[in-house]
Amino acid sequence: MTRKQKRLSVIAGALAFLGAATALTFYALGQKASFFYMPTELQAAVLEPGQRIRLGGLVEAGTVKRGQGTEISFAITDQEKSVPVAYVGILPDLFREGQGVIAEGTMRADGVFAADSVLAKHDENYMPKEVADSLKAKGVWQDETARPGS
Amino acid sequence: MIVETGHFALVLALALALVQSLVPLVGARTNDARLMATGGPVAVAGFALTGIAFAALVMAYVQSDFSVANVWENSHSAKPMLYKVTGTWGNHEGSMLLWVLILTFFGALVAVFGGNLPATLRANVLSVQGWIGAAFLLFVLTTSNPFIRLEPAPFEGRDLNPILQDVGLAIHPPLLYLGYVGFSVCFSFAVAALIDGRIDAAWARWVRPWTLAAWMFLTGGIAMGSYWAYYELGWGGFWFWDPVENASFMPWLAGTALLHSAIVMEKRSALKIWTILLAILTFSLSLLGTFLVRSGVLTSVHAFATDPTRGVFILAILVLFIGGSLALFALRAGSLTAGGLFHPISREGALVLNNLFLTTAAATVLVGTLYPLLVEAVTGDKISVGAPFFNLTFGPLMLPLLLLIPFGPLLAWKRGDVYAVAQRLMAAFGGALLAVLATLLLADGASVFAALGVGIGVWMILGALTDLVQKSALGTVPLAVAARRLAGLPRSVHGTALAHLGMGVTVLGIVATLAFEAEHITIMKPGESTAIAGRTLRFEGVSPVQGPNFTETRASFVLLGAGGGKLGEVTSAKRVYTARQMPTTEAGILTLGFSQLYVSLGDPTQDGGIVVRIWWKPLVTLIWLGGLVMMVAAAVSLTDRRLRVGAPARRAKAASSPAGAKA
Repeated sequence: MTRKQKRLSVIAGALAFLGAATALTFYALGQKASFFYMPTELQAAVLEPGQRIRLGGLVEAGTVKRGQGTEISFAITDQEKSVPVAYVGILPDLFREGQGVIAEGTMRADGVFAADSVLAKHDENYMPKEVADSLKAKGVWQDETARPGS
Repeated sequence: MIVETGHFALVLALALALVQSLVPLVGARTNDARLMATGGPVAVAGFALTGIAFAALVMAYVQSDFSVANVWENSHSAKPMLYKVTGTWGNHEGSMLLWVLILTFFGALVAVFGGNLPATLRANVLSVQGWIGAAFLLFVLTTSNPFIRLEPAPFEGRDLNPILQDVGLAIHPPLLYLGYVGFSVCFSFAVAALIDGRIDAAWARWVRPWTLAAWMFLTGGIAMGSYWAYYELGWGGFWFWDPVENASFMPWLAGTALLHSAIVMEKRSALKIWTILLAILTFSLSLLGTFLVRSGVLTSVHAFATDPTRGVFILAILVLFIGGSLALFALRAGSLTAGGLFHPISREGALVLNNLFLTTAAATVLVGTLYPLLVEAVTGDKISVGAPFFNLTFGPLMLPLLLLIPFGPLLAWKRGDVYAVAQRLMAAFGGALLAVLATLLLADGASVFAALGVGIGVWMILGALTDLVQKSALGTVPLAVAARRLAGLPRSVHGTALAHLGMGVTVLGIVATLAFEAEHITIMKPGESTAIAGRTLRFEGVSPVQGPNFTETRASFVLLGAGGGKLGEVTSAKRVYTARQMPTTEAGILTLGFSQLYVSLGDPTQDGGIVVRIWWKPLVTLIWLGGLVMMVAAAVSLTDRRLRVGAPARRAKAASSPAGAKA
């Protein structure tokens, strides 16, 4: 092979490799990215059976119930609609009624959200960003972090 | 007064950074030696002033001076002294000040140890370093000033986020920043070379120690951050594909590629343009990481208080530096001459392949990290891209790379012989095969994939050792001769082998943990026992404990072996930090060999039990030990002779420049 052919074959190889990687990336984005919904948006959303989503909102007061063993049920609300959630496992430290949380899992046929992970963020003032944005949009956001003296 | 001194010092540092940005550069353009010579002292003074500012802020924290807003927001008088000091950078303003401090530190290092560089290159490098410094000092002073006072001063502070009250905060951010920001020197060298329009093999040799040092710190920072998240968050995971983790991982991937391509440039004078581009991209990814973390555009455990003006400011810096440097690159790259030729099957070819994999992997991580932002901006939909995406894309990209690593160092330059190399790797391959079989036979319920994974780890470790065995001719010459040859090998050869070995150790740890980890969530009452991975965990009971700024409920456990013998004790706790009334989980960890038992507590149940989550994590510590080995490898490589004796130094000032000056 001449020098030019050699170089072209190397470039062609690299491009084929990059093409494969790009195709894989976009395939994976289509398959594995999960959408975020607030309860009201969830009502309108069309979900495929078994599609993984993230459900965000506040833990509705008075809905947290412990069942057998480590089963827990509660409801996530955005002050308009609320969605029942079933979860098995340990809840995060900052999980409490009125706290902003994000649950990840799938919607069951009976309208209960089966969560396999529940996230509450680490700061008591900190809301998951998606939840804070949505609450602000609805006008039910309360800012708790005002400074003294300013 | 101390605080105002610090504030003033920071303003002066900005003024000096502006001088540093311009004067040496003008000197280099006009070939004025006096102007060029100003760069060094100015850089050192800028570092000293930033150091004074940083020390002033640390003092304010140590003295719990709550008249400073930043201290009030993030400290408490009852906090232990270590966390008062480390709390300085446990918040946005303080951590940006640390960022700038480290940036000026590297500038000063270039000034002090860059004596053997050509004067124009040194002047240009210092100027580019000055641009970055000026931009970030301006950022700190205008949007993130840690020296703002409160009037009237509150009596007590709001305490540091309890998650950050850990020795990890003393180690992880400084190491990470030393890595992140260390790549700024590579960037400055690249831009300086583009300004000069002259790039040769010597350039690669000058940049190499900086790349190695930055890579070493970044590796350590990432490994340390991973271990910290593992034990502190109580989730038992070592990597979450969190956007902020990705932010530090992308420069690491690009930096690793840079480390390898610079070898080709240094030895064979090839891949010049590509290496320059990688140097620019690596630091660009560091800047992008800083933007992602500091602007709060992404949900993350690292998101401190967020403020849109900061995001916009950093975005402007980002656009200016990345856009500017890439434009300069586009303008000048054509005038750079292409270097030596090589056959695709050769050491150079292997390194190119390494670069192809690493940069593609970095691009994949970049897409996964930024895609949610893009989608939200375009369609308004909120999506998240997590572990499933990265497992599907990053995994298949890394797998062939890991398999090919042992081949690289054994291939000859210019034209290699794959069959000869494969023959030399037969022993390593046999060892890996044995490991696969042993895993299948000995480990209960081991899947074929798990066994193959273990095989890959062992293959990499043995492959790395093969390189040393081959080069010292161990087994074919008497042992003493081989030992002498081994000791006589260049340090960089040891570094390479050690780094690849460390990577293998990490892979082994990851595979073992993912494949053979046992997890058990149960409710336990005092006196009850639970079986975990062939051992028994007995719950002894709970006791209340009063800490300096927290109260905790501490649960004690005893781990018993299969025969009933006691293996060790573990305590795990639920802690409530008094100032913020914030609960945290303190995981209990018992290390046995390289494996760990991990116990974290949930909520108490009404009948006197407590929810307990127990993991058995086999060989999990190898994940971070591998990182440590890679750090040591970089340090070994840094002591290589050829880095100490630069090419120009050998001619002119070998006698006057002390050896080891570059370390």
